[in-house]
Order: sequence, then C-alpha cells, then structure tokens
Amino acid sequence: MSAIDELFQQLKSEGKKAFMPFVTAGDPNLEFTAAMLERLDAEGCHLAELGIPYSDPIADGPVIQASYTRSLQGGTKLNSIFSMASEVTAEISMPIVTMVSYAIIYRMGIDEYLQQAIDAGISGAIVPDMPVDESDELAAKCKSLDFSLIQLITPTTPRDRALQIAKQTTGFIYYVSITGITGERTELPSDLADNLRWLRSVTDLPICVGFGISKLEHVEVLKSVADGLIVGSAIVRRIAAAANDQSNKEEVMNDVGGFAQGMLAAING
Amino acid sequence: MTSHFLPEPSPDASLPDGKGRFGEFGGRFVPETLIAALDQLETEYYQSRNDPAFQTELDVLLRDFVGRPSPLYFAKRLTEHCGGAQIWFKREDLNHTGAHKINSTLGQALLTIRMGKKRVIAETGAGQHGVATATACAHFGIPCVIYMGEEDIRRQQPNVQSMKMLGAEICPVTTGSRTLRDAVNQAMRDWMSSVAETHYILGSVVGPHPFPLIVRDYQAVIGRETIRQSEERFGRLPDAVVACVGGGSNAAGMFYPFVAETDVPLVGVEAGGESDQPGRHASSLTFGKPGVLHGSFSYVLQDEDGQTDDVHSASAGLDYPGVGPEHSHWKSTGRVEYRSCRDDEALSAFDLVARNEGILPALETSHAIAKGMEVAKERGKDEVVVICLSGRGDKDAGEIQRLKNEAAARRT
Ligand SMILES: Cc1ncc(COP(=O)(O)O)c(C=O)c1O
Repeated sequence: MSAIDELFQQLKSEGKKAFMPFVTAGDPNLEFTAAMLERLDAEGCHLAELGIPYSDPIADGPVIQASYTRSLQGGTKLNSIFSMASEVTAEISMPIVTMVSYAIIYRMGIDEYLQQAIDAGISGAIVPDMPVDESDELAAKCKSLDFSLIQLITPTTPRDRALQIAKQTTGFIYYVSITGITGERTELPSDLADNLRWLRSVTDLPICVGFGISKLEHVEVLKSVADGLIVGSAIVRRIAAAANDQSNKEEVMNDVGGFAQGMLAAING
Repeated sequence: MTSHFLPEPSPDASLPDGKGRFGEFGGRFVPETLIAALDQLETEYYQSRNDPAFQTELDVLLRDFVGRPSPLYFAKRLTEHCGGAQIWFKREDLNHTGAHKINSTLGQALLTIRMGKKRVIAETGAGQHGVATATACAHFGIPCVIYMGEEDIRRQQPNVQSMKMLGAEICPVTTGSRTLRDAVNQAMRDWMSSVAETHYILGSVVGPHPFPLIVRDYQAVIGRETIRQSEERFGRLPDAVVACVGGGSNAAGMFYPFVAETDVPLVGVEAGGESDQPGRHASSLTFGKPGVLHGSFSYVLQDEDGQTDDVHSASAGLDYPGVGPEHSHWKSTGRVEYRSCRDDEALSAFDLVARNEGILPALETSHAIAKGMEVAKERGKDEVVVICLSGRGDKDAGEIQRLKNEAAARRT
C-alpha cells in the first residue's frame, strides 16, 4: 500500500477530509520551498503537490506560469529538486506528489524519473498533459513500484471515459472543478457537486477537487462531496510576495501558514 | 464536379494510426479537458471527407476564393544563375492572402461550422496563418481571436494591420520569448476554457492528433497539383522537391503525395539561424531529440531537463523549437532529407530571387530557395527541381531592410 492509500484510509477512519496545498519547486528558491513544505506539514496539511517548473505549461494560469518562470530563471534543475525533496521528506509526515509535465518525465526516461522520485521519498505523480490513452506504460511501471499515478477527470470528460480513467488511477482521482486553466475563481460551476456525487457512486477511490479553489465558501460546498481539496494559485500568489522581496520571507511563511490553518479548520472543523 | 483539391485516398492510408501516431511520433499529450474536443474534431473530420456537399463547398472556395490551382512556374534566370537543374516554383504565394496557409484555414473554418462552434482562435508567427484565419472567419462571419508574440507583432507589422482590418482581435503574447511557441501556449490556454464553443484553427502540422492529419490533408492539394502539373509539363515527376519546414505544413502538403513515389528525393529545409549553438537556430530535426511539446511526441529542441530551448530565426514562421510528428517519422524512415539553412543564406536567396525573377519570396520560403538552389547545383541540366514557394515576402520588406542596416552597421 502506498503512503497515499494509507493517508486516505486513515482520514476515512477519522471521518476527515484532506487539505492539499500546491507549491512550485524553487519559487523563489529551493531553500524556501523546503521551509514552506515543512511549515505546511507542521500546520497539519495532509499532502503536498510539488509543482516541477516547466517552460511551456498549457493547463496553468498566469499565477502558476509566473512561478515556473521565476523558478527556472533562478536556475532550478530537476536533480536539485530531488535532493531538496529527499531532505524534506525525511523530516515530514505528509506525503508529497509531483505535478510534472510528461515532457520532463520523457526526457529523463520513465524508469529513471520514477527511481529518482522514489529515492527522494516522493509518493506519486500527477502528469497533467498525459491523458489516460497515453498512460499505459507509465501506469504499469508506477503500479509495479507502488507509486501513485493520479489521473485527472474534468467537466468535459464523458462518463464512460471517466470510468476508464478511474480504472487506471491509483492514489486518488483528481477532479478538475472547472473547464479551464489553474487560477483562483470566485465561483465554482453549479453542477460540480452533482458531478462529484455521480463519480462517488461509481468508484471507491478517494476523489479530490482542484483548480479554482481559494475561498472558505468553496470548502463549505465541497467538503460533503469530496475527500480532499487542492489549492494552488491562492498559495502561489502569496509566495510570489517573497519572490519580489526576499526580506519578508517570514511574513510570507506566516501568511501561507495562516491561510492553510483557515482552510484546514473549514474542512475538518 | 470532380474534386481536384480534396483529400483522396492517401498513399499511406494507415498513417496516422488509431492513436494518431506516425510510427512512434505524434499522439496526444494534452490535458484531459481538451480530449473530448479532439475526439469530436476527429470524428467530424473523417465524416466530412465522405460528405460530397462539404467537399464541393471547399472545392469551390479553393478555386474561386483562393484562386487554385496555383501555377508551376519556371524560374529561368535563377536556373541560369545556378547552372544546374531547372528550378521550378510551385506558386503558393499567388494564393489569396499570399501563402499556403489559406488551404487549411478554409477547411478548418468549414469544420468549425460543421461542429456548431461559434468562435475561432489561432496562433500565428509570421502572421500568414493569422491573416488566412482572419480571412476565412470574415468570409463565414465567425468571430476570431489571434494570439501573436510581441516580437512577431514587431517584425510582421503588415500582417498585423491586415488581420485587424479583417475584423480579427489580436492578443499580444508577452510571455517567454514572445514568439510562435508562446503564441501556441496562449492559444491552447484559451482553448482550455473556451473549448465547448470554440475551435482552435492550428496553423501547422503540429499539436495533438488529429491536427497533424487534418492540416496535412488540407495542404496536400499542393503536392497533388504539383504531380499533375509535372506530368503535363514534363511527362514525368520532378527529380527533387524542396520545401521549408517551420511546423512543417507547406512541406507536408507538398511531400505527402510524393511519399509513395520513392524515386523522387524530398528535401525539407529548417531554419539554421545564426549558428549551430543551442538557442541560435531553430533546426529541431537537425539538432533536436524526440520529446514532447505542444501535445505531440516529435523532434524538439530541449535541455536535459525537458525544458524547451530558446530558438532563433530571422524568419518568424520558422522560429519554432518543434516540428510536426510526420516529419519526425519521415526523418526516421529516411524518406525525407532535412537540411538547415542560415539566416544570411536565406537573405541572399531573397535578394537573388527578387532581382532575377521579379518575385519577393517570404523569408520562410527564402530558406527553401537557398537549399533548393544547392540541390539544383548538385543535379544535371535536364533534371527538374521543384521548390515550394510557400508565400510572398511583402510582409518582410521592412524587417529585411532593418536586418541589412544592422549588418551594414556591424561591418563599419
Ligand atoms: C510563407 C510561409 N512559409 C512557411 C511557413 C512555415 O510554416 P509551415 O512549416 O507550417 O509551412 C510560414 C509560417 O508562418 C509562412 O508564412
């Protein structure tokens, strides 16, 4: 059983939901990312998504795009991300999964990527530009290594296809709340809860919802129909303040920590 | 009426395969959000190929609106200058809007209507695809938004003006290198949100399946006409065929009908920029490796971490770090030879054709001409080399003058 399976089993037995923050590796530098992950763990976050910066992200809005650009301009490399991760995962209890483009995995080689990620204590991967039709090889290798391959289902996914995706997925299903790119939204689609209820009725996997979530009101709507919530841009936007002015690192850390506390309280309070 | 312009049973009907692969290349590496739209596009496209009403409508447009067939022209003085094989130009520059791009945008605009979509987006580098998209959309009354990098807006001003006059909205792209690659990113992000109502008219044989298939098929009119015209003029096929390769659409359209004619050598010409150093050229097939970019597995210029390299070309339409997957397949099977042409070689070819033939070729096209002349010099006087004259160069006049002034300033 993978660390992610264990996490959701435990949450289920406690009747709790997961809060899963997203941070970009190396924004503004890897020391900051390491400290941020430790802080999020200390706040009680259940899992972190570590965004591997990519030069051409298609599914990301301006906030996460800009964080990728900052990180790459700062010289972040894949091997330094893995070194940072291996130090951090030794210290913290929340599992980490990478959000990573298939362009990056392919270039390194699937086997090499998985080996390095596992050596660094990483528990799974979300590959936003690899649809289920292209995922056979990666999914088979992940399964044999007990490394979770979290696949995405979106509002445009036909239901028969959603079933097929659920079959290939391990860890949890990432349900994309909106038809669009990442970024904070004031409102979420009105049929979101219904779609999640349908998905709940056809799979036993945990279902976590991401894209657009940023507000306590979103949590209220979603906590009864999802097993976890993923928040990206609302956190990355706060971290951007540290990128512009390194002297307020503590302040940014507290800002994000406070935001995470609020979300955690709303989810499980 | 018999269709002269439309996809006929292909010489290699098995490619792409059911997963959109040309050999190992191609596929669909895009977010799940777009998959349903790509499936719809594929289904509608295959249905439209068997729909006589659709075919006739496109046929008539290509004849009466675009002006097809485009002539096959003997470049007599250029041939004398080179002293080798006869050089013939396939005159795509004489199409309405001045390049091959219109062959694909009219077909895709008809598909947009067929799918019931109400809005079009497109990316453009040189602006030719943007103009051709804006033209097709004006013709059918479809609102359209064109994404264009700021650097390309600067160097292709005439096309920017035309697009505006045709009623298109131009969205300047300010991220990354502010060129074609970034314009594709931005168009794809728009499509992620607008996909239910919007069709993305991709400008080349790149991107996820079925775009490389659809754009190639619409551009294949170039190669089919060239075969027919060669048989009429020479009583046989040409001895070599040359085309420039940005994403690779004019080359794919020219080459595809020739692929089964294995006696005819095919030469694709990539942008060699200023040097072989990473970042100073845009020759993905010559210097790149197989990898993933913009939804497709193909040759790409990347660093060891999979981050896309910066690229350079004087020509906006070739300034792109990737290439269509079918070209990667043709490279790996050896069916097409790919050469790389430097900025200065292309500029010299531009001058030569302007002064000896009375034709201003596009800077993109000038790359094909430079290497086409090389191919002609390697061959005997009774042989025929056809170069795809993919577009006209009026759009480049200002930028070419600026580059010349810069070069002159460096010399003094
Ligand atoms: C005249 C002309 N030729 C060639 C190209 C390169 O595109 P492709 O390789 O898709 O034909 C362009 C692109 O803008 C163009 O405008």
